[in-house]
Amino acid sequence: MRNIKSVALIAVAAAVLSACSSPVKLQETPPVVEKTPTPTAPPADTTRDIRPVETGSVDPLNDPKGVLANRSVYFDFDSYVVRDDGKPVVENHSAYLTKNKQRHILIQGNTDDRGGTEYNLALGQKRAEAVRKSMAALGVTDSQMEAVSLGEEKPKATGTGESVWAENRRADIVYQ
Amino acid sequence: MKKLHTLLFSATLLAGTAAHAQLSVEIAGVGSNQIPVAVAAFANESVAPEQVSAIIRADLERSGVFKVIDARQTISDSASIDLAAFKASGADALVVGSVEKTPDGRLQVRYKLMDTVKQSQLSQLNDAVATRFTRLEAHKIADDVYEKLTGVRGIFSTRIAYVKENRAARDYQLVVADADGEGEQIAAHGKEPIISPAWSPDGTRVAYVSFELRKPVIYVQNLVTGQRTVVANEKGSNSAPAWSPDGSKLALSLSKTGNTQIYIVNADGSGLRRLSNSNGIDTEPQFSADGQSVYFTSDRSGGPQIYKMGVNGGQATRVTFKGNYNISPRVSSDGKTLAWISQREGGFSLYAMDLASGQEQRLADGASEPSFSPNGKYIMYATKGGGRVALAVVSVDGRVKQRLTTRAGNIREPSWGPFMK
Repeated sequence: MRNIKSVALIAVAAAVLSACSSPVKLQETPPVVEKTPTPTAPPADTTRDIRPVETGSVDPLNDPKGVLANRSVYFDFDSYVVRDDGKPVVENHSAYLTKNKQRHILIQGNTDDRGGTEYNLALGQKRAEAVRKSMAALGVTDSQMEAVSLGEEKPKATGTGESVWAENRRADIVYQ
Repeated sequence: MKKLHTLLFSATLLAGTAAHAQLSVEIAGVGSNQIPVAVAAFANESVAPEQVSAIIRADLERSGVFKVIDARQTISDSASIDLAAFKASGADALVVGSVEKTPDGRLQVRYKLMDTVKQSQLSQLNDAVATRFTRLEAHKIADDVYEKLTGVRGIFSTRIAYVKENRAARDYQLVVADADGEGEQIAAHGKEPIISPAWSPDGTRVAYVSFELRKPVIYVQNLVTGQRTVVANEKGSNSAPAWSPDGSKLALSLSKTGNTQIYIVNADGSGLRRLSNSNGIDTEPQFSADGQSVYFTSDRSGGPQIYKMGVNGGQATRVTFKGNYNISPRVSSDGKTLAWISQREGGFSLYAMDLASGQEQRLADGASEPSFSPNGKYIMYATKGGGRVALAVVSVDGRVKQRLTTRAGNIREPSWGPFMK
């Protein structure tokens, strides 16, 4: 778009220059002629010109195949530290949020269902806070983020066993 | 949803005899020495929608305190009774009564408690009640029997609140029922989880945590009017509400500073102030019986342990030392006993501690979310079994256990309501 504009500018400048290129007598100041160029009717063949329009670009947030589609950060047992496999998730969303200051997220921490309801809620909060702090370190502003906990109340996987528990030791990034 | 089924567990004697000796002082003459009491069918009780004498009998049996003897006959409160014959049959006390329909459609319920040893009347009640309060009246009579024979106020007419959830159907209900699980009424329901209900000391309101705003927020709901007030909706999580004994304040947990800490707020949500100050988790506050201190769970020493601090701040002192995971402190109304959940050898168990001596007793396994009965004699808790969560009750001496189950879904997060006027 910008390139096309500059091409058009050069074309106009060239046209103006060529209009002034009539033979000039030496020692003679050419009279200053103030005249607005009268728009001439476009030649018939300019209807072949095309005015480009910009299409809406896809918000990368809505791209189901994009990196932002992954919004879950997993944790080890009894751990509240973002693992290596969670760092790209944190980085990708941080990059998006620093470019899109109008977007806000909830970070919802989760735990498995072993232990007490309220203590698990506090542990889920620690996971959410770990993600929030990592994102803050990458430049996401506090006003864009809220870290909350769902504790053991909204498990993604149900049942018992390590694979189920591992799935529920998680923080989810939820766009508002 | 219709009805909870009450199963009576066989009385179980648990390990820890030394600890038991400490706690059994408080419950002298209860459990180990069941009081034999005969209950007669009430005269004309078929006019009531439910059998009054059967409800009294079930209450007394469930308490574990009585050996209930079926009198095998109908005896009116106005009858002349051969008390010596009941004494000879082993009963120390006899419950008799009558029911009569009043001209305005209510029920006149009369009852007498007789001492078969002294051959005298111990107590009586005479109330006219609406037919729909038949069960309540029977519970009140059972309370009177319990109090006159043990010296401790009965809890049969108290109510409980709990959460009934069907996660697959995204159906969450805050339910209020009689202490025996009958007469369920839904106080709040929705598509998002509800946890941590807590009765106000006057029994008119329940504080609880709802996730309807995609995060935990604390509400106080007036049970009669249905009016709800947001008590805490700060940035982050808002949870673990607990009433002060005078009902004017709530202690709660907020994560607004980035870590979960304990705050105190007026019951209308005003006057929020921070109480605890640690770098880790401080949660599950519970006021002491005198309202002067707050018990809570903290991971300041590594794993979660129970601590206590003054209601105006100051140094926290550690209360639990055995095991690496001690959570969910609850204090009995007389301030003498602490109940909590401890993980030892893998499982989560309900423990009770005599606060004066520090003696511990394990009361039940597979337990979470304990709640004391208002007379301090029983603890209700959530227990997992067969993949479902149900409620159970254990006496503070560990001898008597009952279980409340439903046909579908989980019931959890019990809160035992106060004595009502």
